[in-house]
Amino acid sequence: MCTPKFILKTLSCLVAAGLVAACDMQGWNNPYADSDSGKNILYSAFSARPKHLDPAQSYSANEVQFTAQIYEPPLQYHYLKRPYVLVPLVAKLMPVPVYYDAEGRVLDGDADASLVAKTVYEVKIKPGIRYQPHPAFARDGDNYLYHQLSEAQLDDIDVLADFKQTDSRELIAADYVYQIKRLAHPKIHSPIFGLMTEYIDGLSEFSTVLGEQLGADDKAWVDLRQHRLAGAEVVDRYTYRVILKKKYPQFRYWLAMPFFAPIPWEADKFYAQPGLAQKNITLDWYPVGTGPYMLTVNNPNRKMVLTRNPNFRGEAYPSEGEAGDKEAGLLVDAGKSMPFIDKVVFSLEKEAIPYWNKFLQGYYDSSAINSDSFDQAVNIGSSGDATLTDEMKRRGINLYTSIATSTYYGGFNMLDPVVGGDSERARLLRRAIAIALDYEEFISIFQNGRGIPAQGPIPPGIFGYSDGAAGINTYVYDVIDGRAQRKSIEEARALLAEAGYPDGIDQSSGEPLLLYYDTPAVGPAAKATLDWWRKQFKKLNIQLVIRSTDYNRFQQKMRDGKAQIFSWGWNADYPDPENFLFLLYGPNKKAQLNGENAANYANAEFDRLFEEMKNLPNGPKRAAVIKQMIDIARADGPWLWGFHPKVFVLQHEWLKNTKPADVANNTLKYKRLDPVLREQQRAAWNKPILWPLFAVLFFLAALLVPAFIAHKRRQRASAISSFRAAAER
Amino acid sequence: MLAYIARRLLYAIPILVGVNLITFALFFVVNSPDDVARVHLGGKHVTEEAMTKWKADRGYDKPLFYNPDASGADKFRETIFFDKSARLFVFDFGAADDGRDIAYDIRQRMWPSLAIAIPSLLVGLLVNITIAMILAFFRASYIDIAGVIMGVVLMSISSMFYIIGGQYLVSKSLHLVPISGYDDGVNAIKFLILPVIVGLIGGIGSGTRWYRTIFLEEINRDYVRTARAKGLLESSVLFKHVLKNAMIPILTGVVVILPILFMGSLITESFFGIPGLGSYVIDAIQAQDFAIVRAMVFLGSVLYIVGLILTDISYTLVDPRVRLN
Repeated sequence: MCTPKFILKTLSCLVAAGLVAACDMQGWNNPYADSDSGKNILYSAFSARPKHLDPAQSYSANEVQFTAQIYEPPLQYHYLKRPYVLVPLVAKLMPVPVYYDAEGRVLDGDADASLVAKTVYEVKIKPGIRYQPHPAFARDGDNYLYHQLSEAQLDDIDVLADFKQTDSRELIAADYVYQIKRLAHPKIHSPIFGLMTEYIDGLSEFSTVLGEQLGADDKAWVDLRQHRLAGAEVVDRYTYRVILKKKYPQFRYWLAMPFFAPIPWEADKFYAQPGLAQKNITLDWYPVGTGPYMLTVNNPNRKMVLTRNPNFRGEAYPSEGEAGDKEAGLLVDAGKSMPFIDKVVFSLEKEAIPYWNKFLQGYYDSSAINSDSFDQAVNIGSSGDATLTDEMKRRGINLYTSIATSTYYGGFNMLDPVVGGDSERARLLRRAIAIALDYEEFISIFQNGRGIPAQGPIPPGIFGYSDGAAGINTYVYDVIDGRAQRKSIEEARALLAEAGYPDGIDQSSGEPLLLYYDTPAVGPAAKATLDWWRKQFKKLNIQLVIRSTDYNRFQQKMRDGKAQIFSWGWNADYPDPENFLFLLYGPNKKAQLNGENAANYANAEFDRLFEEMKNLPNGPKRAAVIKQMIDIARADGPWLWGFHPKVFVLQHEWLKNTKPADVANNTLKYKRLDPVLREQQRAAWNKPILWPLFAVLFFLAALLVPAFIAHKRRQRASAISSFRAAAER
Repeated sequence: MLAYIARRLLYAIPILVGVNLITFALFFVVNSPDDVARVHLGGKHVTEEAMTKWKADRGYDKPLFYNPDASGADKFRETIFFDKSARLFVFDFGAADDGRDIAYDIRQRMWPSLAIAIPSLLVGLLVNITIAMILAFFRASYIDIAGVIMGVVLMSISSMFYIIGGQYLVSKSLHLVPISGYDDGVNAIKFLILPVIVGLIGGIGSGTRWYRTIFLEEINRDYVRTARAKGLLESSVLFKHVLKNAMIPILTGVVVILPILFMGSLITESFFGIPGLGSYVIDAIQAQDFAIVRAMVFLGSVLYIVGLILTDISYTLVDPRVRLN
């Protein structure tokens, strides 16, 4: 009988049974298959689906995290050495550029750039390297099995893994040349095509020829082997040349990017077949590489899986690093064959909170720290040092910090009649504002201390950056005991008065000085930051008007040179000072010239030194030129200098061989993990707790009891009243 | 009835053209074809030439609505609007701006959306109707008052609170289900429990109040008085008569949303890592991918229209007095 007593008894039994069951249960919240427990698998995530995995197209960080593990350009960055050092990856040796003048005579390595008419990079690759297994290589005798797919064959195909046969072949120099030609393909839209046409001989003309060949049939496959590109040629099976139109020492860095990785013509032809694109089977989504990993699950809507490439030749873990690496355990695996991890699972995780919680449960092996969880993870000491909280230490989590090869800065539009230009009045105004804008406070409030105030455009770790007192920007800071201390606001006010704006009043008009800050930041989330900006200007009694627009309009304003004061940022393409100083190079202006010089700064002497600096090898001479350039920029003050962000990464103790490498991307092969320890920790951290569940059930049952009693009473009442009513009748 | 349905389907055509027109105008007010090209080319080192080529390749090099250089009907046909809209009417969604086939992605992503939406709908209906009937049964008693107050409280809390609170309590603290993620087949169940529970709790407040109102409206009708006069028990009156008649507005209300279940839930999918169509739209808006945005808005409009037609048909099925003319 269904009485309250019976319900209580039943629930008690259920609770007891549940508790007994729970004693032996764990991992209810495990998001992965039970069969993967204890395996040598690294778990990571991606927050936005990659747009392109074609090495000719992919450029974003969330794309390169996949392509860099699959594709192998000729060079790579040394994993442990800092500043970053290029070393051969597939190349046998580091290619040495050979310079020629207009008459074809060989010039010295340090030849003046104006004399150089041609630069040749000859790359020799290692023999015996093989591609990952792929259906594009599958053959039946002389014929490729899947190069002429019929309708019937296509019907059985949904994903690449549905092709039954796969094969491989040796990597040859022609594959690198093929890829360089692909950069010019009119249908690929490589983001570096425009840049490379300035350097690679004949690239622009090659693109025109391909466009004509394609004609109306833009889906047709063009065999790029049949078309000659002056700037890329095969010398022999394992050697190729890249020919540049001028001196461009930074080209070696591009040779470490997936843009210059090999593509076999077989893959290009295979993917160009009609019908495959409708199934999203394209080279843009199914890479074919020689690297340590291959993409075996490609569902950008949910999960991407990299699996060890069975044909990978094996590469030795570095045997030397920088000071402290040995003590940090980073040389324990020296000389051992990589990769160490069998599989890497990337799950789509759009929101930071679930990612963070899963990291704490041991279901992700590493995590960045967002603002919401910063205090839970890190303590910042009075000296600015970051240490882990006790909770993180208890879990055996390690903290890795590094200064990113990036700079976030405020800028003045140098075309603006008030803050821009070369007049002393404008220069003093900019200097006063640069002092007033307290980036130390900004970093503390909005970055949780994750950043260092910038003294110039070049971040630490890049050649040309000066540490200590020598590197301090004395226009904004005083040097006290060898350390930078922001100049006083009184000094800023004095500069403002000298500029003709005493106490923020324009002497010429008698009106208060009104300045404009252009930003794409809108909405409540941006309010605190924008208030901070107003407050900084208020110190000088300058009224700052915030002009917020959407991102596209803001970009348009910047291109039109109509912004006045703005914030901007730059992440390095490669670790060379040229890649930062060109942000202030006159011919690189954003307004009119569509370059990356957002402040539209132009100084003839700076530009001349830039031309000199970009062709110099790293050394005292280059360092001196860079110092001169930075001094000029500091004096002119087109930037508010801003800060270089600090990257904080947390990792569980079972993940080994971690060294932050902001510029290098092919870092998965170096990582090693201890899956046994991970399994033990996960089990300890994730035991299901059932009693609250049963407590809720009890509570609901308790709520039902009075309702049940009231119902019975009402039923009885209805019967009695019915009986009475009938009796009365 | 067939003539009625045909007429409604014909009415749908101008509605869909209008929806397309508004979507198109709104999108291109915010994003010019140049902006779209720049985003897709990566933002760095983008040259005018590269943008021109990209736009020509993707069909963004034409005028938006009217092409003065073309002749005759081509003045309207040789436009971005016509190019991007005409094929939608034969459900050819084409490729996204990143090259992926949209129809393929929709087919892949609708199942996770349905996997959350259907159980949420069914369990929600069951629980909400049950609670609403209990409240109607105990109308004007302390149980009813407490239930209504509780309903208002539950309605007043943001769905984000339920999601984050649910993840914190059930997954992080009690370790009962995964915080987020998705898998195929039966393995998906463990990922769906929490979103369904969160959806259920988030909807209880409004659901029970709505159904309670329907039940109370029915309870005051003449046939209920007659049933009571016959001496039927209150539970019989409620379950046999009131529930049956209240099902007309309930069912028609459910039918209208059935087709839209395909479209998924924006926030829930995003927080629980469910790769459904809701998060597909959010991603497309963030990536300024007009091809996906227009396809999804079009699909949503079609499904909504289908839902309304199905509602009309369901009226005739559950209420014989209604005739479609």
